[in-house]
Amino acid sequence: MASPAPIISMRGITKVFGSGPTAFQALKGIDLDIEEGDFVAVMGPSGSGKSTTMNILGCLDVPTAGEFLFKGRHVEQLDRDQRALLRRRYLGFVFQGFNLLARTSALENVELPLLYRGEDKKTRYDAGMAALDKVGLKEWWDHTPAELSGGQQQRVAIARAIVTQPAVLLADEPTGNLDSERSIEIMELLTDLNRNSGITVLMVTHEPDMAAFAHTIVHFKDGLVERVEERVKA
Amino acid sequence: MLGTTVILAFRAINRHKLRSFLTTLGIIIGVAAVVTMVTLGNGATAAVREQISSLGANVLQLRPGQGFGRGGGGPRPPDFKPQDLTAIENQLTGVRAVAPLVQSSGTAIYEGSNWSTTVYGTTAAYFEVQSWKADTGRLFLPDEEEAGKPVCIIGNTVRTNLFQGNDAVGKRMRIKGVSCQVIGTLATRGQGGFGDQDDVVVMPIKFVQRRFTGDRDISQILIAVDDAYDTSAVQGSLEELMRERRKVKTGSEDNFNVFDTKQISDTLTGTTTILTQIVAAVAAISLLVGGIGIMNIMLVSVTERTREIGIRLAIGAVAREVLLQFLVEAIVLSCLGGLIGLFLALIASVAIAPLMQVPFIFNVKVNLIAFLFSAAIGVVFGYFPARRAAALNPIDALRHE
Repeated sequence: MASPAPIISMRGITKVFGSGPTAFQALKGIDLDIEEGDFVAVMGPSGSGKSTTMNILGCLDVPTAGEFLFKGRHVEQLDRDQRALLRRRYLGFVFQGFNLLARTSALENVELPLLYRGEDKKTRYDAGMAALDKVGLKEWWDHTPAELSGGQQQRVAIARAIVTQPAVLLADEPTGNLDSERSIEIMELLTDLNRNSGITVLMVTHEPDMAAFAHTIVHFKDGLVERVEERVKA
Repeated sequence: MLGTTVILAFRAINRHKLRSFLTTLGIIIGVAAVVTMVTLGNGATAAVREQISSLGANVLQLRPGQGFGRGGGGPRPPDFKPQDLTAIENQLTGVRAVAPLVQSSGTAIYEGSNWSTTVYGTTAAYFEVQSWKADTGRLFLPDEEEAGKPVCIIGNTVRTNLFQGNDAVGKRMRIKGVSCQVIGTLATRGQGGFGDQDDVVVMPIKFVQRRFTGDRDISQILIAVDDAYDTSAVQGSLEELMRERRKVKTGSEDNFNVFDTKQISDTLTGTTTILTQIVAAVAAISLLVGGIGIMNIMLVSVTERTREIGIRLAIGAVAREVLLQFLVEAIVLSCLGGLIGLFLALIASVAIAPLMQVPFIFNVKVNLIAFLFSAAIGVVFGYFPARRAAALNPIDALRHE
């Protein structure tokens, strides 16, 4: 069921940090296609280039060379603000460290992306509560991160990521700070979002148990894609 | 976009109430200090002007000697003669009214009350020079002046203390042991720069000379200058005339002096104005320090909130929005500080003005300028930290611990 044009397409992506004799080549030519609606896990030892690739995929960073098409758009040619607008429109982020705003209620955290989109108060409230409902934290809307457990914080972060109904959800070790029971809950939530809301999920992880939830596993090694493992799709 | 950033700025300020308050404290104190100082200074200037103007506008005071506190040694310069008065009246142009003055102090008695006061011997012209009107009764008649009749016009303080505020016109009282009839009472003038101006008994000069001073000398001459003439030109002619009449040799110093009340007024108000400006300048420095305080806290805040900025950028905030948020935060803080400062200044000025015996004058311009200045401080000192925040790389910012 491969769709004609992949949502993400990378061709010959390289990334060099620094210059001169201290320059370090993190990516040595990545070719990668991701279909819309896929659930991709990115695996690899540290230093293999998976985080750098995720940063480029998340439009947070630009490649040194190569082509990166997102929905047919050449991201490598966009400037800082254009990439910010692309993130605002299409992407949702979930981080290992949750990265919620401190002293701010769950609802205000979830509403934040909508605020930048210029949505009005009612729309923000309705969409924010719906997103919290989806992650099962509707009752906790007025709690600050300090009043929530790690698993709950990560679910608020996921609510924040999906409140804009993004095309792609990027998760950077979303279960890295959680015990295995909470981790499985988070993975089930991501699987549900992928299956029932049609969100393309890209996840970095180093735990094979978590990667097992994905349909496609991309293995990185030494700045290159070592192999792409297609799994049985549900 | 501005609406969004204003919401975000208020949320950020609200999340850190204590820090926000401490940040604004410098501005609060600065604005309060500047506005209080200027308000009180303006009040003091107004008070000085008020006191001086009570001496009469455009009035020249001619006295023997070389001015206040000078010419200590040597023989006392002679007083003025009636002929001097006539000469000024006839030879000087640009004069509206001329009044001679002799002073004596003594006790006034009416029935059981007595009151120690000052007796002024003068003519009806005195009231014209001073722009002073009778409250009840009348001023001197020409024949009363000419004959030096025992009549008197009393100030309000004398009336209060001697007649308990009752009608005094027509009553006979005793002054320095001499009986005299009250023909009028004077309108209240209040506290002047030289004591209670209402504590006075005014009598015809000839009576005072005959019964109290014992000679025909005049200790002071007051000259009201016609509005159409230049006071300093008239003063020049007056000095020339007196040098001639008092036979002051060319090159030697005058044995008399002329005070221009307007000049005194200008000098004194000028002094208070300069003092106000100096104090306000010192206070303005504290305002500047307050601004630097805001910049300091905002810079710390940018570092402390690096991760937050990273989150905002990752979520899709453009650099401009982050810059605006921090700038708006700084402006809101400094404006809030400005408003609180103005409010404190209002309270302080109203409380302190009576203690300093100066009027409280609310100056819209000073308040407005101080507020706009505090807002400008927010912009100027908020811009640098805001730009630093906006320039952060989202990846580095997210990794920041």
